[in-house]
Amino acid sequence: MTLLHEDRMAGLLRAALGGDAVAYESFLRDAAALVRSVARNKLGPNSPIDAEDIVQETLLAIHLKRHTWRTDAPVAPWISTIARHKVIDAFRKRGRRVEVDIAEFTEVLQAEEDESAHPADVAKALAGLTEVQRNVVSAISIDGHSISETSERLGMKQTAVRVALHRGLAAISKRFGKP
Amino acid sequence: MMKTDALINSLAEDAGPARYSMQGLWMLVCCGAVLTAAAVFLVALGPRPDLGLAVQSLRFDAKFVFTGVLAVSGFAVLRRMALPGAGKRGWLLLLAPLLVAIGVLLELAVLPSDIWLTTAKGSNGWICMTFIPLIGIAPLLAFIGGLRHGAPTRPTLAGAVAGLVAGGVAATFYAAHCTDDSPLFVAFWYPLAIGLLVIAGGALGRLLLRW
Repeated sequence: MTLLHEDRMAGLLRAALGGDAVAYESFLRDAAALVRSVARNKLGPNSPIDAEDIVQETLLAIHLKRHTWRTDAPVAPWISTIARHKVIDAFRKRGRRVEVDIAEFTEVLQAEEDESAHPADVAKALAGLTEVQRNVVSAISIDGHSISETSERLGMKQTAVRVALHRGLAAISKRFGKP
Repeated sequence: MMKTDALINSLAEDAGPARYSMQGLWMLVCCGAVLTAAAVFLVALGPRPDLGLAVQSLRFDAKFVFTGVLAVSGFAVLRRMALPGAGKRGWLLLLAPLLVAIGVLLELAVLPSDIWLTTAKGSNGWICMTFIPLIGIAPLLAFIGGLRHGAPTRPTLAGAVAGLVAGGVAATFYAAHCTDDSPLFVAFWYPLAIGLLVIAGGALGRLLLRW
């Protein structure tokens, strides 16, 4: 990370906080690259954790916690620290998943008999989500509503809807394989 | 799995100022912490009756220097615990213990050695152990609430620092009630009472400060 790069990213983020969506997109792309290198470095080769999951979790955190960056402080250490925190968090969550795996195994055995998506499977997929995630995912992915319709119907901000949708879909695909 | 590019595009649409400012948030938290601590103190204990005379005593006034420095320096560290990548300035936490140590040395030099032990034990030890944690509970919850809006990357430690600051605030109020003014008493009992809040804060941090 060169000094020039740091200045560029800090400038972009300041512009983004002023409402510049184009600057924000460039900033997030730079941040994603930085996080990807931090995550790969920390995870090492052959890690069971996908570096891209860390990138996405970190970008979400950067967005939701952007008030914890002081506009006069360097931005790269802020991003790297959040990225490392998300790597540690991912390992922690994995450790906790061990006991869940047995239950998942029996579900897989039952599912082998019939591979089409039953309403029961959809319900099962939604059951693992938080209530907010469930509402959002079923409104958008099942009932086919748009993000803005959903945010109005549920009385949530659009960002919150996007975050819940992203997290919900990620949780489902983690549990049932790629959709 | 949603692609990272799609995520970036959807987040970029929400460019704009953050929902909070940490500075404004902490101001609110501090007001809440001090007001609730004051309310619990006034209802449960109240200041000692000879307050007017006591303020002329150096030992009485020194108690507020110790506890005040703990609260203020601890708060400076606490704020930084909520900011990823910021230096935490942990050395600030040594200031209050250092001042107490100096106070203890001066007191040992002044007092005859046969009353050191009874002075340290004092007569309010258990009241101190009860009411500092009691006064500190609401401030601790306020500080934990402040941290939750930040991004503490070390949840247990951040919670423990919140307990320390809550202890500093609570001890400042408690000191106005207590008639044991010797630094020997302060050095013995106050850390035990504040320590309970530190432990509670660490446990709460572990539970509540994941993000």
